[in-house]
Amino acid sequence: MLNYLWGLMIVIGIIVGIFNGTMANVGNAAINSSKEAVTLCVSMLGVMAMWTGMMQVAKKCGITSSLTKALRPVIRRLFPDIPEEHVVNEYIASNIIANILGLGWAATPMGLMAMRELRKLNGNSHIASCDMCTLLIVNISSLQLIPVNIIAYRSQYGSANPAEILAAGILATCISTLAGVIFAVTARKLGRRSS
Amino acid sequence: MGLSSKTPVYDEFIEGAKDGFRVVKDILPTLIGLMVGVGILRASGALDMLSGLLAPITGKIGLAPELLPLVLVKMFSSSAATGLLLDIFKEYGPDSYFGRLASIILSSTETIFYTMAVYFMAAGVTKTRYTLAGALTATLAGTIASVIITNLVF
Repeated sequence: MLNYLWGLMIVIGIIVGIFNGTMANVGNAAINSSKEAVTLCVSMLGVMAMWTGMMQVAKKCGITSSLTKALRPVIRRLFPDIPEEHVVNEYIASNIIANILGLGWAATPMGLMAMRELRKLNGNSHIASCDMCTLLIVNISSLQLIPVNIIAYRSQYGSANPAEILAAGILATCISTLAGVIFAVTARKLGRRSS
Repeated sequence: MGLSSKTPVYDEFIEGAKDGFRVVKDILPTLIGLMVGVGILRASGALDMLSGLLAPITGKIGLAPELLPLVLVKMFSSSAATGLLLDIFKEYGPDSYFGRLASIILSSTETIFYTMAVYFMAAGVTKTRYTLAGALTATLAGTIASVIITNLVF
């Protein structure tokens, strides 16, 4: 996917550059952008490492596991087809918590474990179960409360108040998640009625 | 809290920080590639042409055409969207209307196609039923909400 997208970006850029007579700018942009990417990563290292370090401490202290427990009732509502004591509950809870805290690298493995278990519950079918659809929609609707990387980018580009978008971002995230959950719950009900 | 439960807090912090280090190290090559791509598109004038073409569509939901490429690209790739976001910061500044709106849009949406591909591949699922429709609904709601909130707050 990205191969086509990136390839197209370069090809279109060069073609348009030739027609517009902006080829000199294009060459400069390529060199400057690559330098900028490195500068950006170096300065982001500090913030990222600090954040993931703190999260690791929180995890080891049992903060994440108590959050997981608190999430139990919500999960039962959203995923009514999962047996109550099944291990997949744990995976889904960890996936959601990691997403909320913005630990994408921790969320994906947990989400994949959950999908594998859901597949077993679904009789190894190649058709997605309602629970799978819900898990995907909730994941894609974005749960992340604190967009650490975006705040880091903003400060890097000289924002006077990098975190000022926080409240608005949380509100927008809640709305997108709410829309996703409403869709998932409705689709599940409709599917049951028709079958 | 950590100290009271006798956790080796410093050791754990270092462990976690290493993870963060790894994440940044892994995205560096991607970011170089994509920022170069976006840089070329911007410098050639192709991005402005695209915005001009898309203006009639985006006008309907009140989204500035300059931001539509960001919304579309975000559905496919988070890192490519980051490239566009940084380009907006560079062009207009992070505290401009575009800068703020772009930040809020990116923090309220996720990569649709990538996530679906990875998750469903793990489950061996080929028929995804209503997942895409639901994901698009959530993304659209998040984007519209971002526009409305940004207009109200800033």
